[in-house]
Amino acid sequence: METLVAIVIGALGAASIYCLLRRSVAKFIVGIALMSQAVNLLIFMSAGMTRGEAPLIEGDATTLASGYADPLPQALILTAIVIGFGLLAFTLALSQRAIQSVGSDDLEDFDNTDK
Amino acid sequence: MNTLLPILPIALPLLGAVIGLLARHGTSLQATVGIATSVVTLIASVFLLTAVHAADFVVLYLGDWQAPFGISLVADRFAAIMTVVSSLVGLATSIYAVGDVKSKDLQKWFFPLVQFLIMGVNGAFLTGDLFNLYVWFEVMLISSFALMTIGGSKPQFEGGFKYVAINLVSSAFFLAGLGLLYGKLGTLNMADVALKLSTDESGALANSSAILFFIAFSIKAGLFPFFFWLPASYHTPPMAVTALFAGLLTKVGVYAFYRCFTLVFTQDPEFMRGTLLALTLATMLVGVLGAASRYQMSRILSFHIISQIGYIMLGLALFTELAIAACIFYTIHHIVVKSNLFFIAGIASKKLGSDDVLKIGGLYKSAPWLALLFFVPAFSLGGIPPLSGFWAKFALIKASLDVEGYWVATIALAVGVMTLYSMTKIWGEAFWKAKPAQCAETEGKAGVWHYLPVVGFAAITLYIGLMAQPLFSFSEEAARQLLDPSLYMEAVLPAEYLEEFSSTANEHE
Repeated sequence: METLVAIVIGALGAASIYCLLRRSVAKFIVGIALMSQAVNLLIFMSAGMTRGEAPLIEGDATTLASGYADPLPQALILTAIVIGFGLLAFTLALSQRAIQSVGSDDLEDFDNTDK
Repeated sequence: MNTLLPILPIALPLLGAVIGLLARHGTSLQATVGIATSVVTLIASVFLLTAVHAADFVVLYLGDWQAPFGISLVADRFAAIMTVVSSLVGLATSIYAVGDVKSKDLQKWFFPLVQFLIMGVNGAFLTGDLFNLYVWFEVMLISSFALMTIGGSKPQFEGGFKYVAINLVSSAFFLAGLGLLYGKLGTLNMADVALKLSTDESGALANSSAILFFIAFSIKAGLFPFFFWLPASYHTPPMAVTALFAGLLTKVGVYAFYRCFTLVFTQDPEFMRGTLLALTLATMLVGVLGAASRYQMSRILSFHIISQIGYIMLGLALFTELAIAACIFYTIHHIVVKSNLFFIAGIASKKLGSDDVLKIGGLYKSAPWLALLFFVPAFSLGGIPPLSGFWAKFALIKASLDVEGYWVATIALAVGVMTLYSMTKIWGEAFWKAKPAQCAETEGKAGVWHYLPVVGFAAITLYIGLMAQPLFSFSEEAARQLLDPSLYMEAVLPAEYLEEFSSTANEHE
C-alpha cells in the first residue's frame, strides 16, 4: 500500500511540474493545485499506513498504545488543506486580473515588469 | 518563567487588525488604530527584548502543553531583536502611509493588512515549532499578496502573479520537507528535532528535508538562483508597501535559514556551507550588477536587496561567531536603511511624478533636506564610515579574513564599491543633475507624515553608526546563542525529558 501511494505522490508531482512549466496561466494553476495535493499525501504518508482503531487514549493511560496510526499528520494536513485552498482561491482571482491586465494568458507575455 | 510576553508581539497586531477591519468606513480611524497598535507592539517587543537580555531565553508554552508537545514560542536574542525591528518597520510604514491615505493607491484595508503582516512576521520570528513556522509564513504571505495588489494598477497584477506563483511553490517545498521530517522523527518542535538529530547516527536521512528547506528558504530570502521574482514584483506596488516588504519579507527567509541551519540541520556542515558560500557570493555579484543596469530608483533598490541578502547569508556560510554576529548586525542595519531608501524614493517620485532617475533631477536644489536625508542611508548602504553599513561590512570582511577567505573578502569589497556606484548614480541623476525640461513638478507634495519615518530611520542609522558597540556586543551574544544549540534545547525542553533522552541514547551505545 505504501509503495502504491508513493507512486501516486510521484505521479502527482510529475504532473504538477509538467503543468507548472507550461506556458498557460490556467495550466499553472492546475499545477499548483496538483502540487499541494501531492504534498498533502506526502504528509499523510509520513505517519505510515497503519490500519487500526481510532486513536483514543484509554481511560487510565497517559499515552497511546501501539497499533494506532499517528493522528498528528492528519491534523497537519487539515491545516495545510485549508491554507492551500485559501491560497488557490486567491491565485484564481489574481490570475484572472493578471490575464486581463496583460491581455493574454501566455506566460511568455508576462515580461512587462521584468524589463 | 512562563510569562505571556512572547505572545504580545503576535496578539497585539491581530487585535489592531481586527479593530481596523471593524472600522471599515473611516480610513483616518484605521490609520489611528494602525499607528497606535504599532506603537504598543513596539513597546511590547522592547519589553521582550529586555526580558531576553536579562534571562537569555523567554519561553512560552501555549496552552501550557510542555515541549515537545504543543507549540512553544521561544524568544532568544536574535528573535527578540528581530521582533523589535519588525515592529519598528511596521510603525514607520503606518506613519508614512498616513500621507498616502487620501490617494487612490492605498485603499481602506492597508492598515489592517500591515498589522496582519507584522503578526505573521513576528510569529515566524518567535515560534519554536516547524509546522507553526509554516503557518506563520502563510499568514505573512497572504497579507503580503493582498498588499502587493492593493490599489490594483495593471503592473501590480502581473508582478503580484509572479510573486504569488513562486511563493506557492516555495511553500509546497517547505511543507514537503516538513512531512518527510515528521515521518523520520515524529516531532516538529525545533528543539526536539535538533535533539533527536544530534544523536541519531542516521542523521543523514534528514538531508532530504534539509535540501527542501534550503530551497524553500532560498526562494523566500531571494538567494541566487531563486531571486528572479523579487526584481519582477517589488517595484510594482505603492512605495509604502515596497518599503515594508523590502525591510521585512526577505529577512524572514533569512531568519528561518539561520534558525534551521544553526539549530536543526547541523549534520552535514561541509556540503551546506560550501553550497551556501558559492550561492551567497553569486547572489552578491548578480544583485549588484543588476542594480548597476537599472535606472529606476525602486528597481535599483530592489536589486540591492538581493546583493545585501548575499552579505547577510555569508555569515551562515562562514559559520564563525564573528561572522554570524556581523550578519545579525548587518540584518538590523539593512532593514532600517533599505526601508528608508524606499521611503525616500517614494517621496522623490511623489514630488516629480516618476522615480526613473533619467527623467527626473534637480532634487538637490528643490529639496535640499531630502538630499541630506538620502545621503545618510545611501552611503550607509555603500559602507562609508562612520555610518552603520561600514561596521557591518568591516566585521564581515574581518570574519572572512580570519578564516583565510581572501576571495570572499575581495568579492565583498568589490560589491561594496559597486553598491556605492549605484548610489552615486541615483545621487548624480536624481539629486545633482539640473531638472530636465519635460519633468514637471507634480500635484503630489510630500507632507510631514512622509518625512517623519525618514528622519527617524536616518537618526537610527546615524546612532548605530556612531554608537556601534552596544548593538555589536548584543549581536555577538546572539551569535553565541545561535552557535550553541544545546542552550536552546535546555531552555525549551524540560530537564527530565533531556535526561531520559540521553540515558536511552547511552543504552543504545
